[in-house]
Amino acid sequence: MKILVCISHVPDTTSKINFTEGDTKFDTNGVQFVINPNDEFGLTRAMWFKEKQGASVDVINVGGAETEPTLRKALAIGADSAIRVNTPATDGYQVAKELAKVVKDGAYDLVIAGRESIDYNGGMVPGMLAQLIEANFVNNCISLEVEGEKAKAIREIDGGKESLTASLPLVIGGQKGLVEESDLRIPNMRGIMQARKKPLNVVEPAETSVKTEAVKFEKPAPKGDVKLVDPENLDELIDLLHNEAKAI
Amino acid sequence: MSVLVYIESEEGKFKKASYEVASYAKAVAEKMGTSVTAITFNAGDVAELGNYGVDKILNVNNDKLKNFNAEAYSDAVKQAAEKEGTKVVILSQSANSKYLAPLLAVQLEAGYASNVVALPESTDPFTVKRTAFTNKAFNFTKISTDVKVIGLSKNAYGLKEAQADTAVEEFSPNLSDKDFSVNVESVDKATDKVTIADAEIVVSGGRGLKGPENWGMIEEMADILGAATACSKPVSDMGWRPHSEHVGQTGKPVASNLYIAIGISGAIQHLAGINAAKTKVVINNDPEAPFFKAADYGIVGDAFEVVPKLNEKLKEFKEKNA
Repeated sequence: MKILVCISHVPDTTSKINFTEGDTKFDTNGVQFVINPNDEFGLTRAMWFKEKQGASVDVINVGGAETEPTLRKALAIGADSAIRVNTPATDGYQVAKELAKVVKDGAYDLVIAGRESIDYNGGMVPGMLAQLIEANFVNNCISLEVEGEKAKAIREIDGGKESLTASLPLVIGGQKGLVEESDLRIPNMRGIMQARKKPLNVVEPAETSVKTEAVKFEKPAPKGDVKLVDPENLDELIDLLHNEAKAI
Repeated sequence: MSVLVYIESEEGKFKKASYEVASYAKAVAEKMGTSVTAITFNAGDVAELGNYGVDKILNVNNDKLKNFNAEAYSDAVKQAAEKEGTKVVILSQSANSKYLAPLLAVQLEAGYASNVVALPESTDPFTVKRTAFTNKAFNFTKISTDVKVIGLSKNAYGLKEAQADTAVEEFSPNLSDKDFSVNVESVDKATDKVTIADAEIVVSGGRGLKGPENWGMIEEMADILGAATACSKPVSDMGWRPHSEHVGQTGKPVASNLYIAIGISGAIQHLAGINAAKTKVVINNDPEAPFFKAADYGIVGDAFEVVPKLNEKLKEFKEKNA
């Protein structure tokens, strides 16, 4: 089985979010970038397929050269090789289109992406990719097993879960549950050394058409101070929730 | 030309979020000088949509579509959009709608903006405001395609009544075998509990509660308020509560009216996931807990003393205001 894991290069959760150039660009100054958490659950599940079922695992990112350390980290975790499509990721459709070409050319059986990236939260690349390559698609996937050409997946739904079956090729929009937090791997020294020698292939983009464009950013208005209520005066809290916040 | 809105139903009934997307669709249609068409699947009584400005309903009645199926539903919505000559398709941001939307966008060659929180800033160019960076910022997205798909965040617009003289039409899309290539084998859903996605109020517990045996008072509060229960990440990682209750960046997002955090310190990953809740209350014995910076109301105190007392007060309040 040939697996491709899509890796978004995103600011670490604790990063300060600021914008430059008249609030039109994300300010990367001093920002630490990481593998998108939803992708990391998928990558770790892919490692299981590699180790238990002999799958090959490639990782891919659509982005500039600055994303390579993130791809190297994925290689250090255990992926076999990496691909970088050399173009800035500007909208979900454009990224899906670039991925579609690589998936078709590489004849991948299974593509694992995260349900959304934690930067733009678009939540559209996995589904668009599946539709573009006419593969089956399972979103919000919290469990995945593959036997031959058949996949069994569990999807989180509002208020429960749903068990699904589908044949390969398959695209997954993954999240926590594919593996547990405690299963995530921190690359060790050996992995990091090996990662330096693993192939990281840069391919030129096929098409650069976009359908959407983030034209401007805005930060939420600063929040007022918390109103503290004395634990001996809970009637006040109920009054505030009822009359001021109109929440109960 | 009409604006098309995909209206979800469960067991044939609409939810509050359904009326919210209908209200939003009506306002977008007014901005564009056109009407609203809704597409519903196996819905029972559809008349209520007329109170939210829906001019026409395309109701699909098909046993094969009893369970949600992203591919088949997307195909049906696409055919409805083509039939109506739709330029804007609007849907909610439920798990199912988020599953369907990117498939639909490709089928319609449409640009898709998710997590939209307001009416379009302008319709020419078509620009919408959406959340980004997991609620730490907004971005204005310009959609340059002829057809647009808009995912409206829960509780971002609210319900706006508008009377319409609604025409109901049966609609039978042509579905292919390919539409059913992902099979639903079983659905496991608690029907007696309020879901985090639908809840107006969410009551959430953290590590400060010391163990799963202490969740009785959280469940009691949820019962009194008709709320959903949730928990922080460490609590689900330790197996005190099911993963499905985990809210935060890698868990479920919360966009309820009220979020009550009990014994949760407020790690940045947690706050990112619940920031969209309108009013936030924190109860924690540590006044330095970061949650106090994110909350609207706070009580510095021992949850084991405060929560039982608060439950009594809430009960009294509910009885008085029933």
